[in-house]
Amino acid sequence: MSKFARQLLPFGSLILIICGLSAYAPDTFLTMDNFLNVLRRSSVNGIIAVGMTSVIISAGIDLSVGSMLALAGMVGAYAMIAVGGTDPQGGALVFGTFVGIGTGIACGLANGVLITKLRLPPFIVTLGTMSAFRGISYVMNDGQPYNVPSYKYLGSGVVLGIPVSVIVFVVIVAIAGFLLKYTRLGRYTYAIGSNREAAFHAGVSVDRNLIYIYTLTGLFVGIAAMIATSRTVSAQPTAGIALELDIIASVVIGGASLAGGRGTITGTIIGTLLISFLRNGCTLLGISTNVQLIVIGAIIIVAVAVDQLARARAEAGRKS
Amino acid sequence: MIQANQQKESRQENIALQMTAISKRFGPVEALCDVSFAVRAGTVHALVGENGAGKSTLMKILAGVYQPDNGSIGIKGRPCAFDNPQQALAAGVSMIYQELDLAEHLTVAENVFLGNELSGLLPWTIDYKAMVRKTVELAKKLNFEIDPTDVVGNLSVGDCQIVEILKALMRNASIIVMDEPTSSLSESDTQRLFEVVRQLRQQGIAIIYISHRLEEIIDLADDVTVLRDGKVVHSELVTKLDIGQIVRYMVGRELTEFFPSRDVQIGDVCVRVDNLSSTGRISDISFDIRAGEIVGMAGLVGAGRTDVARAIFGIDKKTSGTIVLDGKELSINSPADAIRLGRIAFLTEDRKRTGLCLQLPCSWNITLPNLVAIGMKNVISPARENKIADDIASRVGIKWLGPQAPVDSLSGGNQQKILIARWLLAKSKFMIFDEPTRGIDVGAKKEVYALLNQLAEQGKAILFISSELPELFGIADRILVMRRGRLVGNLKTSETTQEQVMHLAAVEVN
Repeated sequence: MSKFARQLLPFGSLILIICGLSAYAPDTFLTMDNFLNVLRRSSVNGIIAVGMTSVIISAGIDLSVGSMLALAGMVGAYAMIAVGGTDPQGGALVFGTFVGIGTGIACGLANGVLITKLRLPPFIVTLGTMSAFRGISYVMNDGQPYNVPSYKYLGSGVVLGIPVSVIVFVVIVAIAGFLLKYTRLGRYTYAIGSNREAAFHAGVSVDRNLIYIYTLTGLFVGIAAMIATSRTVSAQPTAGIALELDIIASVVIGGASLAGGRGTITGTIIGTLLISFLRNGCTLLGISTNVQLIVIGAIIIVAVAVDQLARARAEAGRKS
Repeated sequence: MIQANQQKESRQENIALQMTAISKRFGPVEALCDVSFAVRAGTVHALVGENGAGKSTLMKILAGVYQPDNGSIGIKGRPCAFDNPQQALAAGVSMIYQELDLAEHLTVAENVFLGNELSGLLPWTIDYKAMVRKTVELAKKLNFEIDPTDVVGNLSVGDCQIVEILKALMRNASIIVMDEPTSSLSESDTQRLFEVVRQLRQQGIAIIYISHRLEEIIDLADDVTVLRDGKVVHSELVTKLDIGQIVRYMVGRELTEFFPSRDVQIGDVCVRVDNLSSTGRISDISFDIRAGEIVGMAGLVGAGRTDVARAIFGIDKKTSGTIVLDGKELSINSPADAIRLGRIAFLTEDRKRTGLCLQLPCSWNITLPNLVAIGMKNVISPARENKIADDIASRVGIKWLGPQAPVDSLSGGNQQKILIARWLLAKSKFMIFDEPTRGIDVGAKKEVYALLNQLAEQGKAILFISSELPELFGIADRILVMRRGRLVGNLKTSETTQEQVMHLAAVEVN
């Protein structure tokens, strides 16, 4: 009940925004095309945000996701071209997709291993890898993108009227939601985030679980990277700059605590959609992207402030 | 109630604090009902009661954390109402909580003056030297020596308590509330603290002293007020009462048999620890425990008792030694190994830091190390998990709002029971209990003793670490004595005395 109440605010705002925009611009906003468009745009951010949710629940942070997105896309596209020439087709595209996803996994694994084995704060490690991954993406092709003109399916393909990327998004949400709620990995993630020492004393292999969590996030970033590459039919070394901030914002708006131990996939989805619809709405209303930044900044602060206030009140109402 | 009022009248002289007819509800729970409580200036007033009796709520109202539904507070005859802790502080009420409120990285003087720094000549500067000087003066008044430039993180818990007291004095506190100040202090630190408290009393400060250790109260306090179920059941001069009477008022019944009688068949050797050492902490510890046997471990604070448990459980790295369980040598490098390979349980003494995930649901905390054991290796079934937690909780007698309630919504005693429930569920063969009765009330203590006995009856080997000799003698079959990281005694309880154990623990031989 209380969990539900906590998500009421972001969820309510989401509904409000949708209703408001529907009333204001029914012709442009309230169309199937526009909705699918928003969902398609949300899928890349949403998939990464799902991974970030588990990282944040474990009291960690991953600042490298934006750079990782660029690197995974670049390596994936490079593999396609290396195997299939300047306009790779069929098998080469599939091969490159897996290479890109594998790159994401490797990057996540590197983050996890560095954090646990060197006993460094996640903020520092991923700040470092954020820079390093970006650097590698630039070095790979002298700052130029790799073009893969026929790599369209993931980004713009449609199955039964639903974009493929949206389907991938939904599947990943389902898997991650299940992992967090119904498996030991998920349970241990909450325990580590809530009290790492206590989790260790209760027999949780803290290091191993943290490595799993960062690697899983790498996997999701890899998948998102291939969707992003496919959408623009090219891998950009500049992809995902400052993306990590957007992602962290969605997770935090969704009710997760940067102190760890708190957060849900549902909340994160709501947070992601909230930001996407806001962007979409602003665009339809002719509000400049510069002003959008201000609006989103305000929303982050208001959302977290209200959440904290509600929690403080709930705590005061309990007998100590 | 009438009796209490009459006594209040007769002590009208010099009342520092008068709380009158305080009531407070939390939803359906009536935490305090018409509580009146008076403290004389220059006395130590003990406030006792079982966990959940309302002591904390009453003190939080005094400190301005909660606002009462009814009733009034008067300080030195002036009526006061506190909307927040700052107002209470300004009126001269200082709280010293069990979890101390000090900035670890700052020095003693900086902590004492925190928020009230003395300003220097230039604006925005601090006159640190003056702060150091004043801290020394203040400590001297209490006959206490402390280096104000020491970083608080390097001080013992006992000294930290005294820093808190200095901080309160610096704010001109006339009423100081101390919540279980001695629960983690060694004997000598406790005596030093008492000395300081007596000095405070001489200076006319009113001290409200909350403790479960009734011996201390008899020793230290002038008055005692007993709360039970949110009501004052008795308030009197300490000299007119003995421990037995206080306990009776607290629980509303006579605790005839505090320690349950033991009649357990002791079996074969279950656990054997040989030459156990860990870096800089303990060396060459060897002992064994038989099935059905409760082995106590005594020693002063810092003697390495917890370190033995930590080395066995794989928390600290062993530098030497073997652990054999049921004839099999175990290679334990982490708590995960200890739980999985050895079926060992370790109930920590520090439930907040190394025990519980406070914001997470009770049921999650209970099942955390047991998910594999209850058949949820791959998939967790929340419904069945709640059922399992509920069953074990009713066995231990946990009072909660439900298995999904966060642990921090429970009282301290109930939190401790969550940990006990966790390790009961683990069905371990070898169980280590580190200070399981610390900070819990007499009723709950008795339940813990009974539980230890039950577990022994089931043939488990139990290592019971405690700083309280009476409970070791009441419960254990044998007592191991630690001193400075070494095992210096292994005695049958029936063949030794508390004096002998204390002597071994405290006195250097050769």
